[in-house]
Amino acid sequence: MKARSITLGLAILVAGGSAAFAGLAWRPAIGKIASPTQFDRALVAKGAQLAAVGDCAICHAGSTGTPFAGGNPLQTPFGAVYASNITPDPDAGIGTWSLAAFRRAMHDGVDRAGGFLYPAFPYNHYTHVTGEDVDAIYAFLMTRTPAKLQAPATHLPFPFNIRLLMAGWNALFVDHSPVAADPAKNAAWNRGAYLVEGLGHCAACHSPRNALGAEDKAHPFTGGEVDGWDAPGLTAATSPAAIAWTAGALYRFLRHGLDDQHAASAGPMGAVSHDLSNVPEADVRAIAIYIASMTDPDGRGAAEPTREQQVAARVAAAQIPPPELQQTSGAAIFAGACAGCHGAGAPMMLNGRPSLALGSSVTAATPRNASQTILYGLQPGPGERGPWMPGFAGSLTDDQVAAVLTYLRWRFTDRPAWPALEDNVHRIRQDKSS
Amino acid sequence: MISLIVNGTTHQVDVDPATPLLYVLRDTLGMHGAKYGCGLGQCGACTVMLDKQAVFSCLTPVAVLEGRQIKTIEGLGTIEHPGPLQQAFIDEQAAQCGYCIAGMIMRAQALLERTSSPTEAQIRAQMQPNLCRCGTHIRILAAIRLAADTMRQAAIPGRVQEVSR
Repeated sequence: MKARSITLGLAILVAGGSAAFAGLAWRPAIGKIASPTQFDRALVAKGAQLAAVGDCAICHAGSTGTPFAGGNPLQTPFGAVYASNITPDPDAGIGTWSLAAFRRAMHDGVDRAGGFLYPAFPYNHYTHVTGEDVDAIYAFLMTRTPAKLQAPATHLPFPFNIRLLMAGWNALFVDHSPVAADPAKNAAWNRGAYLVEGLGHCAACHSPRNALGAEDKAHPFTGGEVDGWDAPGLTAATSPAAIAWTAGALYRFLRHGLDDQHAASAGPMGAVSHDLSNVPEADVRAIAIYIASMTDPDGRGAAEPTREQQVAARVAAAQIPPPELQQTSGAAIFAGACAGCHGAGAPMMLNGRPSLALGSSVTAATPRNASQTILYGLQPGPGERGPWMPGFAGSLTDDQVAAVLTYLRWRFTDRPAWPALEDNVHRIRQDKSS
Repeated sequence: MISLIVNGTTHQVDVDPATPLLYVLRDTLGMHGAKYGCGLGQCGACTVMLDKQAVFSCLTPVAVLEGRQIKTIEGLGTIEHPGPLQQAFIDEQAAQCGYCIAGMIMRAQALLERTSSPTEAQIRAQMQPNLCRCGTHIRILAAIRLAADTMRQAAIPGRVQEVSR
């Protein structure tokens, strides 16, 4: 009898607590609007540029090719989260969303009907975007072509399917305070901080995440993972770059997709560079200046030796190749498959020819990005210009890719050999085909 | 010596392991179907099939080919008995100068061997790496669609008869 009343009491407590939590967490629906109103042309144009900084088009790319129609999954450790349709279609998209509803989604991660969004949508960063900038993005999205495409619903396993739990996650991990201005830094740096920490949400990929999928705030920009690629660390201590990234190099990389002291923008970053080619030059420079204050905090980049001097020094410092390595299949594969473009003096001309010694895929702690690039190459979208490389998934077996990776690592870096290469290559191939 | 299995026949060749397959096909084995275009994997004129995949033979060193099945345009048919894709390219007059055609046919062959009824989007995605400077793309696409129909009607979906050599 006593045990029963205790159980009952506990149940009432849990129920009461849940109700109180639900009451606190509950968000009302915001009324539908009939149709988007007219927008000022200049506001739409500003919104287009801001949307490019925010990479909206990348995740919300239509699975059938219609921009912003959504439907593509973002793979997370908790399951696939499908991007929603953010065209102004009244049924499939956000056509009935008022400006207030859109602002709430961007700042609080709550949709028009009052449902909690998953932070695959980076509202933990977008919350830092000023109301004025959100309004411009709204004007831009509401003037896109409506698409009827209904994005698939996201079904995460229990307990992540309980959307209300996101209220707790938000309380723990979302900081709504604006990006603090640093009066000691110049206007460009502060503009960069605003764009990187807010709309650009760079840390969403370039920071590690904890067990609950939140960015590790204690170790920002120390490197993360996305879509089977490493997002390299951007701090001086964690960046794998052979030569520290300067603001100038970052600007070229972000704006043009390639810098000749580093490498081509590849994997998920390729689309980011592509978007940043449509952003005002001053904003890309500001982003570069802010990130360079992490990658090159002492500003020594400009004083560093030139690329040619550094490469010459590296080559001079390299050990004499052990004959057994020269005889490996990796050396033969490199000579026959790679050297046509990556060998000394090879005719690869667009925007210069970065040495493999400078690419962070080859110097990184894991072979993930190098494996991805060898297997699937670099492929600009149909009709688009950009760094290009054929993939070798069809011609090289896992052990052959591993052999060429071993050779690259030895030949072009002074870093330790990568372990378990064949398994790594095999896993990337499996993930790609699943 | 390295052994290569080309169109079902094993050849022993004495070449440097880094030598691209294209050079061995043309210079050592005398099979001139695959063409040298750019040597950088950018044009597709050298395309052959390797274990069911279309690959650039100019970027495939023979060091990686031990025990693997190589198929070239010579394996699809003869002048007297062209294979379905070859016949479709003739019927649609898909060649102008013809330099890219062997590569085009081998890349299309790889698609039709795994997908007997490809969609237009699948055909275009598959053929994307191969260039034709004459601009006969529309006829090339028509030929691939025609060959897909022929191969399905022949009741051997996605497959063609191997020509015995």
